[in-house]
Amino acid sequence: MEDAGFIFGSYFLTFATVGLFAWRTIRSGRKLADQIPDEDKYWL
Amino acid sequence: MTTIDPARTELQPSEPPLPRRSTGTRVTRAVGIACLVAMAWLVAFGLGFSPADRDQKESVRILYVHVPTIWLAYLAFVVTAVSSGLYLFTKKQSLGWDRVAGASAEIGVAFVAVTLAVGSMWGRLTWGVFWQWDARLTTTALLFATYIGYLAVRRLGGSHQQRAKRSAVLGMIAVMEIPLVHFSVKMWRSLHQEATVANLDGDTKMDGIMLFSLFVGVIAFTFLYVWLMLHRTRAMAMEDMLEDRGLDDALVARRAEAAAQQNGAQ
Repeated sequence: MEDAGFIFGSYFLTFATVGLFAWRTIRSGRKLADQIPDEDKYWL
Repeated sequence: MTTIDPARTELQPSEPPLPRRSTGTRVTRAVGIACLVAMAWLVAFGLGFSPADRDQKESVRILYVHVPTIWLAYLAFVVTAVSSGLYLFTKKQSLGWDRVAGASAEIGVAFVAVTLAVGSMWGRLTWGVFWQWDARLTTTALLFATYIGYLAVRRLGGSHQQRAKRSAVLGMIAVMEIPLVHFSVKMWRSLHQEATVANLDGDTKMDGIMLFSLFVGVIAFTFLYVWLMLHRTRAMAMEDMLEDRGLDDALVARRAEAAAQQNGAQ
């Protein structure tokens, strides 16, 4: 399959982008959660 | 002989509990797991079970990520516009709506970036070029640039209410680009194919297993969108709280300084 590079590349690019975005979101959330008392976190 | 450390056996005074280091809850974990399962299905169907297309051959597999990401980006920008409207036109003017608008726009921008990148790979296989200044591609790039601008406007200085007001106006205007992008293939001569599924005549010109693969993609990216929204809105709420706290601390420090100066003068 000569198109394999582009096809696998497109899936890799998609998962890398959304994975990076998700990791950044979780990491910033954890850093911020350290500085806020639990009673101010409306989701708990 | 076993020795017992008395320090260990004594009851320790209760310490205040540590803050929970996360924006996660049971719901986000459940949505996250559902998202991972759906993504695994997407890979299995997209790269494995789905047959090659008669005309597009194997490149059709790229569409199972390309199409869902742009649909979810449209949804994200519509959520931004609706939340902006709810902020502007409700009596309470809750900053919660502003945060929903901002978080949704961030996710939408990430999804459009994926659409453009993956679409260029599909273009290389189908048209022989990565990019053409075609109506659909150009309007999508314009949509991407508009929402980058929206996110930049959110980062301008001022109070939370000022940020919310100006970005809400922009969020409601920017959403009008979506029909322009979607119908660009009908309005102008375009290299890009017309809608196969989301068309006005309701006729879906797609093989069953291909349609199912696309459906799996839509489900997977919908779970991802919901999961990211929950985490990002919570993180944004904490950012606002910390900014407010910093402002309050600065105000207290300034008042103390002014009081000390007044006492020194007397």
